[in-house]
Amino acid sequence: MRSTSALLYLSGVTVSFDGFKALNNLSLLIEPGEMRAIIGPNGAGKTTMMDVVTGKTRPDSGEVVFDGRADLTKLDEANIATLGIGRKFQKPTVFENHTVRDNLLLALAGLRKWHRLLLAQPTKSEGDRLAEILSIIRMEEQQHMLGARLSHGQKQWLEIGMLLAQDPKLLLVDEPVAGMTDVETETTAQVLREINKTHSVVVVEHDMSFVRALGVKVTVLHEGSMLAEGTLDQVSADQRVVEVYLGR
Amino acid sequence: MITRFLWQGMDRNLRLFVLLVLAVGIALPLLNQIVPPGSPFHVPAWLLQLIGKYLSFALLALAVDLVWGFCGILSLGHGAFFALGGYCMGMYLMRQIGSRGVYGNPILPDFMVFLNYKELPWFWYGFDNFGFAMFMAILVPSMLAFALGWFAFRSRVTGVYLSIITQAMTFALMLAFFRNDMGLGGNNGMTDFKEILGFSVQADSTRAALCFASAFMLALGLVVSAAIVGSRFGKALTAVRDAESRMRFLGYRVEGYKLFVFVFSAAMAGIAGALYVPQVGIINPSEFSPANSIEAVLWVAVGGRGTLIGPVIGAFIVNFGKTWLTGALPEVWLFALGALFIVVTLLLPKGVVGLWGQLKARSQAKKARAPA
Repeated sequence: MRSTSALLYLSGVTVSFDGFKALNNLSLLIEPGEMRAIIGPNGAGKTTMMDVVTGKTRPDSGEVVFDGRADLTKLDEANIATLGIGRKFQKPTVFENHTVRDNLLLALAGLRKWHRLLLAQPTKSEGDRLAEILSIIRMEEQQHMLGARLSHGQKQWLEIGMLLAQDPKLLLVDEPVAGMTDVETETTAQVLREINKTHSVVVVEHDMSFVRALGVKVTVLHEGSMLAEGTLDQVSADQRVVEVYLGR
Repeated sequence: MITRFLWQGMDRNLRLFVLLVLAVGIALPLLNQIVPPGSPFHVPAWLLQLIGKYLSFALLALAVDLVWGFCGILSLGHGAFFALGGYCMGMYLMRQIGSRGVYGNPILPDFMVFLNYKELPWFWYGFDNFGFAMFMAILVPSMLAFALGWFAFRSRVTGVYLSIITQAMTFALMLAFFRNDMGLGGNNGMTDFKEILGFSVQADSTRAALCFASAFMLALGLVVSAAIVGSRFGKALTAVRDAESRMRFLGYRVEGYKLFVFVFSAAMAGIAGALYVPQVGIINPSEFSPANSIEAVLWVAVGGRGTLIGPVIGAFIVNFGKTWLTGALPEVWLFALGALFIVVTLLLPKGVVGLWGQLKARSQAKKARAPA
């Protein structure tokens, strides 16, 4: 395992499903505090890349190192989440049968072991932290409402609150603006920039105007490997990128 | 800390319900023992036996609900844990017969003499002690659940595949227990019990005590289950049921949660089986039959899965129906069971307890609309 100053370091990662190479010798480097957008056509390997980083999929070969010390290919989802990698799914997934407050409580960094939770009593510092997050996401009023009764927008906010509660070092965000209006897309870009002030972020996205609004370094994936990297203007000017993605 | 743990999960309804269970468990035996047989308030022994049996079924239903309703594990093999607990009690009761058996052998139960056993198999040692037998009635189902759950949950076997594995488990055990050389009575099982803790199993006073013991264990099961479900562990448990992979990405090791609740539930089913056997006077391999486990799931569905009161009510409703119909119109029972399953699935997805909630919500909505 190489020592590196990068927060997330992928080198030569290959994943194949029944002979199909979803990732093909992919290398990627995310610096601490960075926000990175990852784009690419369908089947480019964007979601597989996230699955590898979060421990859902084991790579056939290659290195995945987090924070210069943890070999993510040897750990499972729970370990990786505890190390400080959070994941936001395309579809907002909150716990529908739990109140807003309980959703945040479950996400709160700290207690995870079943035998500790059996006798766990609410502590003051937890209560303070929950109150703080509830005020950031402006959901104090709804804190005793069940997740199932929230609107789509409220669910998005709650999920962001859960990520704040989890307090990860690195945040992976999967297609956050799928199915959103232009105004909502712009708001989401603002929120992500806000989060990026204190957390490193990797955003996988399809939507070019959204990536432009983020204004960050872009990595283009194609057939499981990196095709180009740079600002959006730079990669847009790249002839190969135009061919595989933008030109279509 | 333990009292606070036990108290935290109980809301007012559940406290009243636990008191009701205890009241039934105290009142019926007293009405049998104290009120003379001629009085209209006298509870006959057969009714005590029937209610005692239902109470043990209710404990089994609660066990099924804890894994299915609160953790989303649809076990179609909980009858096996029940039967294993029953067999442990059966072995104790067999050892209590002593030389009063047909063959008069002081050590070997009748079926062993009949099968030409020369000495007691090793796994029968200790079962002459009540404490040991009851410990095994909890330990054996728990260990089986631990072994099965350990492999299944770690390999992330879920949903219908897990249901099939549990179903196969109880079927395999049924075939094994049917064999005479298992040393557990073969297809005849164990019966002709004489005494439990020195009291005749036929005596009314023993039946009264067993009915009370069943009610007490059900009440205890309700209190402990409520504490588990009401704790922060319980919140995590239902979150695992609703969105398992989300919990993994939050950093929860889901296997531990499932395994704990599965093992606890199996132990509860084992206790239920141990209470059931002395009240019906027999245990045989048909208790392992897959249909029994499926019926237990149906009790939960009828009463209301994901509630603690529901499975108890469901077990009573379905079993009263079964007792009545198999007496009045025996050939109709299986059709009635099938029809019940369809009706509950289509019309009462939350069971009888859920229906109560729906009606209450509707009347409240009506009240809210009235002034406008």
